[in-house]
Amino acid sequence: MTPATRILVIDDEAPIRRFLRIPLEAEGHSVIEAGTAKDGILAVARETPGLVILDLGLPDADGLTVLREIRGWSMVPVLVLSVRADEAGKVAALDAGAQDYVVKPFGVNELLARIRSLLRDRAGSSTPAVIEAVDLRIDSANHTVTQADIPLHLTRKEFDLLWLLASHAGRLVTQGMILKSLWGPAHAEDSQYLRVYVRQLRQKLGDDAANPRYIMTEPGIGYRFLG
Amino acid sequence: MTSDTAIRPSPDALLMQAAREGRGRLKIFIGAAPGVGKTWAMLDDAHRRYAEGVDVLAALIETHGRAETQAKLSGLPTLARKPVIYKGRALTEMDLDGLLARRPTLALIDELAHTNAEGGRHEKRWQDVEEVLAAGIDVFTTLNIQHIETLNETVARITGVRVRETVPDRVLEMADEIELIDIPPDELLQRLKQGKVYPQDQAARALTSFFAKGNLTALRELALRAAADRVDAQLREHMAANAITGPWPTQERILVCVNESPASREAIRVAKRSADRARAEWIALNVTQARSESLSDADKDRLAGTLRLAERLGGELATLDSEHDVAQAILTYATDRNVKRIIIGRPRRRPVWARLTSEDVASILLRQSGKFEITLAAEAEDRKRKPGFNLPRLSGEPRAWAEALVAVAIASLCSYAAERLFPVASLSVIYMTAVVVVASRRGLGPALATSLLGFLAYNFLFTEPRYSFQISRQGEFLTLGLFLVASLITGNLAARLRARIDAQSAIADRTNKLYDFSRRVAAAATADDVIWASVSHVASTLRCEVVLLRPSPAGDLHVVGGFPPEDRLDIRDQSAAQFTWDKGEPAGMGSDTLPTARWFFLPLVAGERKLGVLGIAYTDDRLFARTDRRLLDALVDQIALALERLRLTEELAESRLASETDRLRTALLSSVSHDLRTPLVTIIGAAGSLADTPDLAAAARRDLAENIREEGERLDRYVQNLLDMTKIGHGALKPRLAPVDVGELLGAARHRLRAPLRAHQVLAHLPDSLPLVLTDEVLLEQVMVNILDNAAKYAEAGSTIAVAARSDGARLELSITDSGPGIPAADQARVFDMFYRVTEGDRQRAGTGLGLAICKGLTEAMGGTIRAETALPDGTGTRIVLSLPLFNPETST
Repeated sequence: MTPATRILVIDDEAPIRRFLRIPLEAEGHSVIEAGTAKDGILAVARETPGLVILDLGLPDADGLTVLREIRGWSMVPVLVLSVRADEAGKVAALDAGAQDYVVKPFGVNELLARIRSLLRDRAGSSTPAVIEAVDLRIDSANHTVTQADIPLHLTRKEFDLLWLLASHAGRLVTQGMILKSLWGPAHAEDSQYLRVYVRQLRQKLGDDAANPRYIMTEPGIGYRFLG
Repeated sequence: MTSDTAIRPSPDALLMQAAREGRGRLKIFIGAAPGVGKTWAMLDDAHRRYAEGVDVLAALIETHGRAETQAKLSGLPTLARKPVIYKGRALTEMDLDGLLARRPTLALIDELAHTNAEGGRHEKRWQDVEEVLAAGIDVFTTLNIQHIETLNETVARITGVRVRETVPDRVLEMADEIELIDIPPDELLQRLKQGKVYPQDQAARALTSFFAKGNLTALRELALRAAADRVDAQLREHMAANAITGPWPTQERILVCVNESPASREAIRVAKRSADRARAEWIALNVTQARSESLSDADKDRLAGTLRLAERLGGELATLDSEHDVAQAILTYATDRNVKRIIIGRPRRRPVWARLTSEDVASILLRQSGKFEITLAAEAEDRKRKPGFNLPRLSGEPRAWAEALVAVAIASLCSYAAERLFPVASLSVIYMTAVVVVASRRGLGPALATSLLGFLAYNFLFTEPRYSFQISRQGEFLTLGLFLVASLITGNLAARLRARIDAQSAIADRTNKLYDFSRRVAAAATADDVIWASVSHVASTLRCEVVLLRPSPAGDLHVVGGFPPEDRLDIRDQSAAQFTWDKGEPAGMGSDTLPTARWFFLPLVAGERKLGVLGIAYTDDRLFARTDRRLLDALVDQIALALERLRLTEELAESRLASETDRLRTALLSSVSHDLRTPLVTIIGAAGSLADTPDLAAAARRDLAENIREEGERLDRYVQNLLDMTKIGHGALKPRLAPVDVGELLGAARHRLRAPLRAHQVLAHLPDSLPLVLTDEVLLEQVMVNILDNAAKYAEAGSTIAVAARSDGARLELSITDSGPGIPAADQARVFDMFYRVTEGDRQRAGTGLGLAICKGLTEAMGGTIRAETALPDGTGTRIVLSLPLFNPETST
């Protein structure tokens, strides 16, 4: 269902590269491996992969440095591998242009789901005017939302929030991204606005924050629409 | 099969550790005798705990009809006593089963040594207490010293009263805490007389035997010692060696008699050696007499030096005042202080006539000491001494002699006036009065002069033939002779009295100054405080400038304190100070070494340890007075001891910290070895099966793979816990506070825990209007993950975990309730301790003992609190309640 892609795995641990290769190849992708930052950057330049999986802890250079270097001349989607409790590192990587992250240790299913949503984004380069997800139908031209064919009344901001999240379905949207795009750069730190609007939106969608169907919270990072 | 991997029992090591940790804590209030207030103190402490919310139960309190105890008991929950019939008498005993069923956090059980009535479960109450402790209940109890098994014999010897009820010493060793309840014997006797201890009629009887003051004093020392025996042995030795007030055995004491003779120094050393061998206390006794004041300065210095030596070597100093029978005074003192052995310097050779007139003290002691062991210590180096007899020195100020002259003149005038009224013979009384007045004001020399002058004046002026020194009548000759003799004697007596008063006030002054100083340094908590107190006190006492030098960690001596503040010394003074430090001898101004320096330096030495150098300098050209020097020596010793005591205290605190760290390290090692390895066993085993069994059914392969994944995730959570704990431990945790919706985090936490929570139902009751809290969302999510993980571990599969939240306008309370076996009330405060796990029979859940400790650390770092409660009335179910501050848009931005 996702197009076969050349995927570059930059990680210094051979066992991790090996266990990534098996499911990725099973999905029909081809895999290139790099064990160091230097090799990784070279491989991006030479092999022009369709997606990069980048470990943030590399022996010869910080993964963040690699990311910035790549972003100097390539817009290839980058999926970052990070460790838990390094929220600052994740946010820095996302700010530096990574599309998403997975926390080590991770399950293969989780990784494949992320890769799928990244590649889907890339395939459908133009966002459709209507998004259908779960039982929602979100129409950006008319600013209407229906849930199981019943119309919902959303305010302008609530709609924009839902549209932003749903158009990145399955992918992480950081708090900073949401705040900047909905309230403007001056409000990038005012996370209490976001809390209030997310809660209102959830209430209107009938979504239980403690057991969400639509919007998942990633503590300290942002939100993910469960498409 | 996958879900029960999470409840696999732990290995024995952890079980044992948990068993030890599951015991209740024992605190013993120990006292020297009945009536010192042990029960009262125990109740006082219990009230404090009760007020703090601890579940206290007075399981058994013996009030002995004491009103103040009875009053103190009110307000505490009390357990009814159990009636028993023993030999036809109705008695009451502690209801042990009732106590165990009631399960308080802390039980008060009075009189540990009590023997239960026949038919009870245990013969002795201490056995009851052991059972209560084993049940995980903390116990406060009381004990009198005479009931301790190994002290029983000693007490019987001291008091002549033997008690039957004893407690083995190991019970005492079991105590986590011992509090000594101590009051002075006089106060206890007073309480006894007021009927506060026993009803009035018994008191009289008790007074005669057991409660003799001597007994009480000895018992008190025993009690002090028993309590102090619990103190670190190394510190005790240090304290003993450094004369810091501390615990001492009471059985043996060594008395060393010192005077100004050089042999006394050797006697001190002998005493120190014997005391060390016998691990006994020793006393250096100096008997002062009036003649002590007429010693030469060299002798006074030597005596002061000897006493200082004794003090430095750890002896107790005592001074007795005895004018007559020195030997008898020593023997009486020795008997009073329970001394076995007396050491005295070998007497020097004395002239024949002196040996004929009086026997020396050592010989009298040898002859009279029936029950004492006497040791004679010889003078180390036999220095030549001038033999003999020191005439009272007739030197003195000219004013004193003038006063003698004036006194005689006044007496003559008075006599002249009184001549008409009294017979001539009576006029001698007037001269006598003059002699006494001069003697009491000016001492022996002027008194003798006055009596001679008076004799001459009386003779010249009033005896026939008048105005001549001739004596005609027989009677007058006698009167004059008697006058001379009487005035010599009274003059001498008055002068001695005077000398005594001077000596006493000098001693009192010195003692006061020293006492003042020790009080000041005792209050000092840091080395800086001690140094400041030292320099300021020495400066004000001796009216001089003072500096104190200590070596820096690099080893070079530098000024650490001065009065007036001073931070540098010139090169000459610095080298004098360095000399004092290196050699341990005084140097600088007025000494043999570098006498041209402005400062005079003395070493600060405690035991064998060099602690620093004290320097003093006079601002004027005044030279050292000898009395100043003696006082200074004593102060220097006090300063050294204070610094040493501080060093020891710091060392002790460090060693305590080290042992606590050790305990945690052990617990961590055992936890790591178990909790890291158990999942690995499964992973390696399952992976092996997958790799080496080629034709495995698809379902079995899936099962094994699933197994590997779940154990891997468990391992990951454990590693995360260890990392979090390390962060909390290092204070590296810097919460980023932001407005947070608790519900969102619950969703995230559940998402992370979807595998372990699969077997449970999570019910969340979070109101839509729940306010935002001000917290760190990443940390709060981790806290929720740990609590939910714990709940899933302890509650049966299929049960419900309920999450609820409510707000009171200032804080939000989030509670997570499971229907597991619950946490006993006694453990509720302790489940948040590191590596603490609630045991439940033989079964032990696969917890790491870290989860809740981390919750507490993280919650507190975010400004919240956490507590555990019992959820259901039947004692099952656990509710963990988090309290977090609300986000306030006005103040929080």
